[in-house]
Amino acid sequence: MVDLLRRNRTATPQTSPVSSRKPPRQETFYTASQWRLIWWRFRRHRLAVVGTTVLIILILMAVFADFVAPLSPTSRSTTYVLGPPMIPVFIDDEGEFHFPPIIYGVTTERNEETLRREPKLDTSVERPLHFFVEGEPYRLWGIIESNIHLFGTPDGEPLHLLGTDNLGRDIFSRTVFALRVSLSVGLAGVFISFVIGLVIGGISGYFGGWIDFFIQRLIELIMSIPTLPLWMTLAAIVPRDWNALQSYFAITILLGLLGWTGLARDIRSKLISLREEDYIVAAQLGGSSDWRIITRHMLPAFTSYIIVAISLAFPGIILGETALSFLGFGLRPPVVSLGVLLEGGQNIRTIAQSLWVLAPTIFVILIVLAFSFMGDGLRDAADPYAEQR
Amino acid sequence: MLRMTVTRFITMLITLLLVSVIVFFLVSLPPGDFAESVALSRTIQGERVTEEDVALIRIRLGLDRPLGERYLYWMENIITEGDFGMSFRYMTPVTDVIGDRMGLTALLVVVTLLFTYAIAIPVGVFSAIYQYSLADYIITFLGYIGLAVPNFLMALVLLYFSVTTLDVSGVGGLFSPEYQDAPWSLGRLIDLIGHLWVPAVVLGLSATAGGIRVMRATMLDELNRLYVTAARARGVPSRRLIWKYPVRIALNPIVSTIGWNLRDIASGAPIVAIVLNLPDIGPVFLQSLLDQDMFLAGTLVLYLSFLTIVGTFVSDVLLAWLDPRIRYGVVK
Repeated sequence: MVDLLRRNRTATPQTSPVSSRKPPRQETFYTASQWRLIWWRFRRHRLAVVGTTVLIILILMAVFADFVAPLSPTSRSTTYVLGPPMIPVFIDDEGEFHFPPIIYGVTTERNEETLRREPKLDTSVERPLHFFVEGEPYRLWGIIESNIHLFGTPDGEPLHLLGTDNLGRDIFSRTVFALRVSLSVGLAGVFISFVIGLVIGGISGYFGGWIDFFIQRLIELIMSIPTLPLWMTLAAIVPRDWNALQSYFAITILLGLLGWTGLARDIRSKLISLREEDYIVAAQLGGSSDWRIITRHMLPAFTSYIIVAISLAFPGIILGETALSFLGFGLRPPVVSLGVLLEGGQNIRTIAQSLWVLAPTIFVILIVLAFSFMGDGLRDAADPYAEQR
Repeated sequence: MLRMTVTRFITMLITLLLVSVIVFFLVSLPPGDFAESVALSRTIQGERVTEEDVALIRIRLGLDRPLGERYLYWMENIITEGDFGMSFRYMTPVTDVIGDRMGLTALLVVVTLLFTYAIAIPVGVFSAIYQYSLADYIITFLGYIGLAVPNFLMALVLLYFSVTTLDVSGVGGLFSPEYQDAPWSLGRLIDLIGHLWVPAVVLGLSATAGGIRVMRATMLDELNRLYVTAARARGVPSRRLIWKYPVRIALNPIVSTIGWNLRDIASGAPIVAIVLNLPDIGPVFLQSLLDQDMFLAGTLVLYLSFLTIVGTFVSDVLLAWLDPRIRYGVVK
């Protein structure tokens, strides 16, 4: 009874987002499709919108990696080794404003401690940053030949936004290419998890009974083993003599094979609550077949939850890949993934002298945050008829 | 209560047994057997190894018998003698290699868990009471970051600061040099506790962030309930009210996820230990995987699972003790 009272109390302000002073808008609210409602709800979750935007930018960067990166991931600079990042500035150290932004020149300086010549930035030389400049030729997706890059210096002088690593390779370019690999690993891993999770969770939730009991115990069993050590053990089993591409597939499959348990649980619990809904019971009494009920009635109500579960499963897989590759059990060079790039960061002395070798982690954090924000927003939006919180 | 404890205990034993089966078959998976790699390493050292020698090694290590039999043999030794088998690399029993280190890992995991809750509960409550305040926003933001930063990176960052700004030789390790190889004493214990907080913070970061989020959300649900309003109307002092009623209920989801948190902490423990070079099972685990010393690796995975499963059992019992509704089976 108390519960009922509460519900009534909180239900009244529910109509407030659609102002009662504007009847036409209210009408569109009542007649809008479910997906439109979800979109409206999602749009109001500001962090989710920001996250999605960041994600789209990152995906675009990954897809057009050859165009965005000024250099190829393997090209090495012999003069600028472990060089600091060249951050473009609008206002130089004399306070002058520049557009397009400028980057400083390069010089070498003797390090008093190590007595080695180390590359440094020379603030007396200012070079403008140009967009759509000609540079290293490349083949986008192996098809389109071009030599136009998103940005660069017109004179073709070195440009290393995030500095260079110990072999003189451009960290920014490598990161952009690594994004492509890491996101594709995430995508494939999540896809595998999703297929397994959907099938197993679906069977468990729809049939119930002892099948459900058995599957749930199995999931609990798998979940009780710490994930990362299990991943490491499985990855260590992948034969060393496999080439980079083979181990890429092996690792992706491994990541997917262990990631499905959470998804299967979500899908099961949602299915069980759906199964009790009046309209499903009505369809069953009306003599619809299982197949028809699943595809016509359950799936549409279900799709939004699946999308939520998928977007929240991404971070785990991407972090898993990063950790594995960081330890040297994951992807292997010449494949560049975010984890592979960080492998060089294991050496504390390198980090102490050139912190920028850890720059790729910024992108790991961005990806994870973007997916979590988007997932949170989607979760709130997934059930647009629910009470507003 | 006793009945529930016993059932849970039996479930725990069954789970442990099944996990051991999984782990055993996992470590038996790699192609090529260990006798060959022993032979290879001896050849490199200059010894002459014949086919016969390989066969002998195989018999000696029991590698010629079928998988099921090997598992039973392994299990029998664990149960009867606490013998987890041989580390092929060191040619000594696994327990000799990792005996001391196991205790340190368990200690680290437990300390991390305690630290996690010591931070998550008060901060979550605070964040809920002052919802939408500046502090709440900052806490929420930090929570997101905490969830997104991989903990090995956090360890690296800490190492970086310890090297560059604090100018200490590193936060790695668990003992000061003078206690490194000393036998256990009170001084060594105090030294250990002084070092333990660094890995505990790194390891507990995401669990703490998650705990704060859960605590905040459930507290917000509870604070709007009628019984809170009623108690306020009767003039119950705010602080006592909050800590006595809503917090007690909000603790439920926190306590019931101890098992999951424990699993995540145990999952991250090796990698943090590797980065910080702690003298626990982490570095040994890494080395055993690199050597394909699968018995050692398997034992370590089993041990980490053991920590998780036992921890979950304890948390279940704790939850029942905390909440009479669960004890009497009213809610699940």
